[in-house]
Amino acid sequence: MSARRVAKELGIEFEDIKEFSCRGFPMRSIDKEAQLLISARNLAIAEERGLDIITLCNACTITLQEAKMELDHDEELKKRINEKLNKIGKEYRGTAKVRHFARFLYEEYTPEKIKEKVKRPLSGIRAAAHYGCHFIRPTEVYRDFDDPEHPQSLDKLIEATGAESPDYPDKQRCCGGGILGIKEEDALLMTKNKLDDVKNVGVDCMISICPFCSIMYEGNQKKIEKTYETEYKIPVLYYPQLLGLAMGIPSEELGFKLNRVKAKNLLAKVEKDEE
Amino acid sequence: MKDVIDVSKLDRDFKYRVIEEPGGEGLLSCFACGTCAASCPVREVDERFNPRRLIRMAILGMKDRVLQDEFIYLCSGCYLCQERCPQDVGITELMTALRNIAVREGYLHPSFKAQLEFVYKLGRLYELTDFDNKKRQKNGLPDLNPVIDEVKILLKEAGLSKFVEVRELSTHSFLDAQFL
Repeated sequence: MSARRVAKELGIEFEDIKEFSCRGFPMRSIDKEAQLLISARNLAIAEERGLDIITLCNACTITLQEAKMELDHDEELKKRINEKLNKIGKEYRGTAKVRHFARFLYEEYTPEKIKEKVKRPLSGIRAAAHYGCHFIRPTEVYRDFDDPEHPQSLDKLIEATGAESPDYPDKQRCCGGGILGIKEEDALLMTKNKLDDVKNVGVDCMISICPFCSIMYEGNQKKIEKTYETEYKIPVLYYPQLLGLAMGIPSEELGFKLNRVKAKNLLAKVEKDEE
Repeated sequence: MKDVIDVSKLDRDFKYRVIEEPGGEGLLSCFACGTCAASCPVREVDERFNPRRLIRMAILGMKDRVLQDEFIYLCSGCYLCQERCPQDVGITELMTALRNIAVREGYLHPSFKAQLEFVYKLGRLYELTDFDNKKRQKNGLPDLNPVIDEVKILLKEAGLSKFVEVRELSTHSFLDAQFL
């Protein structure tokens, strides 16, 4: 919702494709080639329309980008996948580019141009960047993008809004979402470790660019608070929400009602600065 | 508790099978330095999960333990170990390879089985109802197709339809093994 709203304001046009399915990530642990097949179908659909793909989730991004990388570098694999894709009248060629919206903003739109669009600089707001693993790792997929251990892209995107992006320990660490369905208590402990680190440096909010990381940090925040008798009350914003605020878009149009941890204090601070 | 490894029960060819599997190629390069275990955020919260130990078990040929246990499913897939591994073992990909081998041996974790069933039937991981589409409309988002049939055709082609009904994962846990 916020990504669409911000894109509209920046003059970026999205086209929705109803035929897209799940990108195939859940199939990866069962049968890698089945995952590639589902990924290739989605890529082929975008190719047919001559479109590139913008993703909003880290897991979708890595699944599609890695599938593309593997298919483009292994003719035999590509042939096998295409034999099966032909059964539904599709073919993977490798012409569609895949990028996460945040990466697109960083590389294509650039933080400098974002700064020009900022009408309400978020000075005084401390926003902790959470990259999520699959935005920057593995190196094999993201070699030409950001550093797997010390990433900077999201920090720069945050700073472009006028907000401060503080350092905190283990910024590049995992949210735990990958094992939520396997062992919930371990997954939530991983989430807790990061929430503790963020709380210790003192922030107004955390910035996520992956819906699943957001589920961990804000969807499960209350549960973690209750289980471990602690308190965070840290709102977790999807980056376009923060950007939208800085661009002067009203919070109602940026999906703030849907945030599980309400960003009331943050919004009050932003709006107070305006007066 | 000390765990005794019964050599007669080891499958010495298991390691060769793993290196044949896409993603498993680097297994034998491991020199057990422990960088993976030290980097692992799962290991930090649950000492029973240990990538180095798992790699040793695979090399030794402890096939049943590796494939039937919860070990290989506890990897969150964050790639930190893989990035830091001095031997390029490709540990995260190795976990995927082991999970794929386990499925072919008939062991499918209930969580993945549930995910497979959703994707098989609906083409997506969550059921999308009219109510969801109404909610999307209210927020200015376009409708989505509740079912993408072509995914079922592809998963049948990939031979996964038969796995919708397979053996459940063993409830017996080896997580307390104390070796290495």
